[in-house]
Amino acid sequence: MSGKLSLILFSGEMDKLMAGSIIASGAVANEMKVDIFVTFWALLQVTKEGVHQISLSPEAGPLAGEVMRVMHEKKIPSWLDTIRQISEVGDVTVYGCAMFADMMGIKKEELDPIVKDIIGVSQFMGMAKDSTMTLFL
Amino acid sequence: MGDEVKPTKVIDARGSFCPGPLMEMIKAYKQGKIGDVISIYSTDSGTKKDAPEWIKKSGNELIGVYDRQGYYEIVMKKIR
Repeated sequence: MSGKLSLILFSGEMDKLMAGSIIASGAVANEMKVDIFVTFWALLQVTKEGVHQISLSPEAGPLAGEVMRVMHEKKIPSWLDTIRQISEVGDVTVYGCAMFADMMGIKKEELDPIVKDIIGVSQFMGMAKDSTMTLFL
Repeated sequence: MGDEVKPTKVIDARGSFCPGPLMEMIKAYKQGKIGDVISIYSTDSGTKKDAPEWIKKSGNELIGVYDRQGYYEIVMKKIR
């Protein structure tokens, strides 16, 4: 292992989540450990029921429909599938945010099994403080 | 690929996009044994650059990158 990426996923927009998962894959390819803290709108996207609607960032504007169509047509894996794939290859751990989970009454069992634990921000920042790279998306 | 080297494992990742092919290659590498020759087929242009770089950086041997019809093949040997 050389270095560590601490990734905080906040946005529930699909393109930001995809960017996050792809950046994480690059970190894995560089033998970095990856810790992911999933909060707010991103946490809603890892509930088992899923969020009924996953959309692109507003800046996609009029291109949104076209981009969604191309992604579907080319069978681009979902961001969560990418996270699952890289966690088979590298040292990747996903944590859910306790504050948002408590606030919304979301329990660990209701989250996708990729989420290892629900932890507080202080614990995550404790793990993140020696990262070589920290990103908030 | 070269006539002398026969791959231990072939991964057909054609149609899969970045980072899929590279991740599949790393997975096969981690599951393989020293001396294994891993070949990957890909149509993704990012992988054509990323995979050879990963192979060299990880201290393994890049046997070659071959242009095939409509795709390319990257061949590596696991040496560590």
